[in-house]
Amino acid sequence: MAEVTQLIHQYLRHNKKFPLVFCPGCGIGIVLGSLVRSVHALDIPKDDMVVVAGIGCSGRIAAYVDFNTVHATHGRALTLATGIKMASPHLRVLTVMGDGDALSIGGNHLIHAARRNIGVTALVVNNFIYGMTGGQCSPTTPFGSYTHTSPQGQMEKSFDVVEMARAAGANGVYRGSVFHAKALDGLVQRAMSRPGFNLVEVMTPCFTQYGRGNRFRSPVEMFQWLKDTMTPREVYEKLEDKTGKLPMGVFVEHDEPGLEQRHAAMRQALADKGGAGS
Amino acid sequence: MSAMQRKKRTEAFLLGNEAVAEGALLAGCTFFAGYPITPSTEIMEVMARRLPHVENGVFLQMEDEIASAGAIIGASLAGRKAMTATSGPGFSLMQEQIGYACMTETPLVIVNVMRGGSSTGLPTSPGQGDVQQARWGAHGDHPIIVFSASDVRECLEMAITAFNYAEKYRTPVILLLDEITAHTREKIEIPRPGEFEVLSRLLPTMPPEWYKPYEETVRGVPPMPPIGTGYRFHVTGLTHDPLGFPTSRPDEVKAVTERMFRKIDRFFHDIQIVDHDLTEDCDTLVIAYGSVARSARLAVRQAREAGVKAGLLSLKTLFPFPRPQVEKLLRTCKLVLVPEMNMGQISREVKRVNSGITTIRTLNRVDGQIITPSQILKEIA
Amino acid sequence: MTAKRKQLYNVVIYPDWCKGCGICAAFCPKKVLRIDHQGKARADREDECVNCGFCELHCPDFAIVVRPRNGLASSMSGPTPETADPPSAASGAASPLSAASQSPEPKRA
Repeated sequence: MAEVTQLIHQYLRHNKKFPLVFCPGCGIGIVLGSLVRSVHALDIPKDDMVVVAGIGCSGRIAAYVDFNTVHATHGRALTLATGIKMASPHLRVLTVMGDGDALSIGGNHLIHAARRNIGVTALVVNNFIYGMTGGQCSPTTPFGSYTHTSPQGQMEKSFDVVEMARAAGANGVYRGSVFHAKALDGLVQRAMSRPGFNLVEVMTPCFTQYGRGNRFRSPVEMFQWLKDTMTPREVYEKLEDKTGKLPMGVFVEHDEPGLEQRHAAMRQALADKGGAGS
Repeated sequence: MSAMQRKKRTEAFLLGNEAVAEGALLAGCTFFAGYPITPSTEIMEVMARRLPHVENGVFLQMEDEIASAGAIIGASLAGRKAMTATSGPGFSLMQEQIGYACMTETPLVIVNVMRGGSSTGLPTSPGQGDVQQARWGAHGDHPIIVFSASDVRECLEMAITAFNYAEKYRTPVILLLDEITAHTREKIEIPRPGEFEVLSRLLPTMPPEWYKPYEETVRGVPPMPPIGTGYRFHVTGLTHDPLGFPTSRPDEVKAVTERMFRKIDRFFHDIQIVDHDLTEDCDTLVIAYGSVARSARLAVRQAREAGVKAGLLSLKTLFPFPRPQVEKLLRTCKLVLVPEMNMGQISREVKRVNSGITTIRTLNRVDGQIITPSQILKEIA
Repeated sequence: MTAKRKQLYNVVIYPDWCKGCGICAAFCPKKVLRIDHQGKARADREDECVNCGFCELHCPDFAIVVRPRNGLASSMSGPTPETADPPSAASGAASPLSAASQSPEPKRA
């Protein structure tokens, strides 16, 4: 396994301060590892890889990897990624966003990126909470959970990222968890190697802000919860009793061309018709 | 480069908005992202028609102005000359991204066609109420360049200049038009490529491992490679060190903030563009910008006929405020009038520069109507 | 001398990067790892390791590496993996390798 996991050192910016800034037991480091392994497996040159991150814990990923990295404003990672991809379609653009980032402040950008089918891979790192600001409820905080801004339990329903991305028209929709790291590698690779907008929701625990307030005694218990909860989609669908289970795997796969491909085709058609540059 | 290159010099009957789009294309703009808003929409429509014919031209209609500004930042990071156009409400939405572009020193051109009133205000009547917002809209200390244009020819020229300065100084440049300028149709001559200067951003010449994206340089403007050309660096809105990585070390924070200001401050003489009209011997001065400058041009002539030694200082650069040029005239004039279609946003700057030198009179109009030459004439003659 | 010896592995932990979250120790199928009194992961029963890769893949801080033990160890007639004895001759022989890269700890449990 070392030959796989140690690859990461070829991709880390070792002049950055290590260990990572994340709290003990935070899964975002695992997402980072999975991202790097996927890039390596797909043989993408570092120069062609662009990571656009939003604000929040997950946004800190960008500074650690030796790709072209952009740490955008809160919720706007996808807008910058859209600009980069449309301007340089040969680049492989991936965005890393948290749940609050992608679904709350950036919710509009997310649904429109999906509708537009821009050739960007979106990792939505879902830890149910705003971690960096100290533990406030997010659009994915489960109903009834306790956070600093829902001291009586969350009163609002939470988002199902997968269903939303599906409805918005994403080309590919996947869900994985950091406990199932190998499967996550596969999903991220799959999402990155396909055309159009592909979204991977990654379930990851936040013990420091979410776990402690919700009767988890250690990060390990949160990983155990992921282990017990996350069920492969095929198994999940056959389950009699689906309570307390969450499906993971591949949910949507279409093969429509990405927006940048459609633009290229349009420009080509124009050039064929009347000679470019009228 | 541009599709216009092979064209002969042509005359065209254009709206101010259309002239902005023409100017942008002449300056090498290949990326436009926008969201429809009156009275700026024509810029977007021209770009939608024209950009697909430009080599690698991209036009995008985004979901809102925040996304539009985000997309052009992304495109600019990828090496494109990128632009968006909007009006007041959209401009308010863009502020966050403008601040990000200032912090990351990303060249952008943002056209704001001002309409009257606050909030949804007066669509579509003219106003000039976004002047201070253009300078101070984004939070935190940041340098920025703000231009204005008073007629259709200037719209084209200033669009080109805006791109040049954005690239030259690695900064967002805001071009403020008002609804009158944007919707005036005039015959103008479209220059041929080569007849005007087109600047592109400075590219690094050192090997990638030596490159520091936010390093202090002689001009204060570090070179900027497009993403994907071997110079892998980190772009962040956090206060960063010369390598681009977040820092909170006081010395590094101070250094990066001061350099950002210095790169503009040091080149005031280059950035501050004004038009002098009969100011050599004037003792009554009108300081105006945008469509008001046009009214003032006529008023000043009429005043001269009436025997008043009037002159006009028409501001093309609003920020950094052209203090040296204004100050010099304040010393020789006994009356200075600042007519504006707002409650006094540039007159505030003029008064700041004046500090007791001479008499400053303001003429403010906020009813969604233009300031007429006779109104100005009444004040100065 | 067993004809087919089990491949042994070195479980190396970078103590500076380890935050002691305990994920590796909790989910290790062979219970190779534990969190020591310094709050860092520690491979106590290295010889039990079957290189499943869980700890490496799931360490959020990239602080664990599992490598096949080189010829030095495999040439030794070490205890069979099933013997539950804590570190014995075999790991003792390998210790210059593993100990060098581990955090110094005065006492072994």
